[in-house]
Amino acid sequence: MNNGPLAAGPRDFEMSQQSLEHSQDRRPTRWHIAVFLAPALLVYTAVMILPLFGTLQLSLFRNVDNAQVFAGFDNFRTLFGDPRWSASFWNALGNNTWFFIIHMLVQNPIGVVLAALLSSPKLRFSAFYRTAIFIPTILSFVIVGFAWKLILSPLWGVAPNLLDLVGLKSLFVPWLGKEEYALTTLSLISVWQFVGIPMMLIYAAMLSIPDEVIEAAECDGVTGFSQFWKIQLPLILPSIGIISILTFVGNFNAFDLIYSAQGALAGPNYATDILGTFLYRTFFGFQLQIGDKNMGATIASMMFFIILAGVCLYLFLIQTRLRRYQF
Amino acid sequence: MSKAATSLPRTIGAHAVLLTYTAIALFPVLVIVVNSFKSRNAIFRSPLSLPTAETFDLIGYTTVMAQGDFFLYFQNSLIVTVASLFFVLLFGAMAAFALSEYRFKGNTMMGLYLALGIMIPIRLGTVAILQLMVASGLVNTLTALILVYTAQGLPLAVFILSEFMKQVSDDLKNAGRIDGLSEYRIFFRLVLPLVRPAMATVAVFTMIPIWNDLWFPLILAPSEATKTVTLGAQVFIGQFVTNWNAVLAALSLAILPVLILYFFFSRQLIRGITSGAVK
Repeated sequence: MNNGPLAAGPRDFEMSQQSLEHSQDRRPTRWHIAVFLAPALLVYTAVMILPLFGTLQLSLFRNVDNAQVFAGFDNFRTLFGDPRWSASFWNALGNNTWFFIIHMLVQNPIGVVLAALLSSPKLRFSAFYRTAIFIPTILSFVIVGFAWKLILSPLWGVAPNLLDLVGLKSLFVPWLGKEEYALTTLSLISVWQFVGIPMMLIYAAMLSIPDEVIEAAECDGVTGFSQFWKIQLPLILPSIGIISILTFVGNFNAFDLIYSAQGALAGPNYATDILGTFLYRTFFGFQLQIGDKNMGATIASMMFFIILAGVCLYLFLIQTRLRRYQF
Repeated sequence: MSKAATSLPRTIGAHAVLLTYTAIALFPVLVIVVNSFKSRNAIFRSPLSLPTAETFDLIGYTTVMAQGDFFLYFQNSLIVTVASLFFVLLFGAMAAFALSEYRFKGNTMMGLYLALGIMIPIRLGTVAILQLMVASGLVNTLTALILVYTAQGLPLAVFILSEFMKQVSDDLKNAGRIDGLSEYRIFFRLVLPLVRPAMATVAVFTMIPIWNDLWFPLILAPSEATKTVTLGAQVFIGQFVTNWNAVLAALSLAILPVLILYFFFSRQLIRGITSGAVK
């Protein structure tokens, strides 16, 4: 498997060299192009593209007596047909969708508001705010997961104490331990961590709006909130589109936060199980169930198709309809 | 006319919102770091107060230092991150140069092929990657991680760097050619120094996900000798759940290096994002 791409590499370059000779007859061979491209192409193809297709391929096989046997779509039939598998899968997919919806509804609006405030021209300390608000984004999921787990823990009084300060102590619930709240709580923790990314990207888009446009709006008496709503928001829509698809891809292959806060079992009672943790459990096994490479590959393939569908939807439906303004 | 946008109540309102959110963003980090310096009783009795002379205690840190191999984990993370970064930048810049400088058949297709990896996460290939690493005997080596992270970082690096390399003046490169410089020298001597700011941006973008990743260390290199800081912290904290001093100290130790690096590079990172490096 390792030799495949290595052997195929040089042949590809010879072919491109031949075609080059036709178009560029005065410089017969330009070996340096191949030299410049080869390392990146080799690593990328061998470690990323081939395993991606390898995983798709594995999902069509099944392990019978320690040998891989072609099984067609049997694994997919098991995933959707077997009540236990399909219940887990739809649970994970549903949770993941909710995870994504919370991000879209909370993370992106907060990001837009923060960016709009930061980009007002005469604001002081804006560099400080930017730097500080971006800090959670650079921390690892492990830190974020455990830090919040400790803060929300009923053993340690941080969250109840804080609520007590505003006289709402009665509202405290061990959120991460309750089935009905755990997933939403984790989604909000993830939002807390990643709000910096939409904020920065939208901030960048807002800075690129030329002053003339804003001044023209002000001449027409469009200021303040209606200026944001009617002038700036339409101009940053392409950025919001990009952020949405980045969020989608990130959410549908999320794993780390759930794993570090709730463990591989995504408790309580699988209430926080998303596709990433489901894949991990299936692939590696847990407690009594032993790991299953082929079913793991099947779930990974489903994730691949979901993400691919989202990306295609974005590229062909959304991006083409969003008008980009060139200044 | 623009007075409306800068009037006093408005400015105060903006600062109030931003300060509130800054507090929300920083509070959990502060609570963890502050409490890691307190004795066990103080952690529970008054979690929101600063450590005083009475409650100051480094017991958590001494436990972490005695129990976990944090220096080894740290070293592993550093090796993996620096090596992957080096290969991503070198290979990425070379490929970006080839794609942006020369016209050859299949140029656009090659660009699209490499850009595919920006949208499709490498994690989805994990099952086959593990097989590949088992077959080549690279499981539980840092090499496996370096290979995976290099492949993961390349698409975005090539994409961003080729945007920047298009802006390098043709006259300069052609002057170099007239002076008899080879294409390799043009790349290493003329072009690379000129795109250094873009390289720094790519470096920061590549570094953070590699340093923080839990998935691949967990799957490809979970052995004691190859644990990274992220995985080490995860396992350590899992074992010491009831020892709050140790857990808080371990979390703080994991936070601090990232935070220090961030303060050095934050200007670069923010300039990189806001200059439209990510479009």
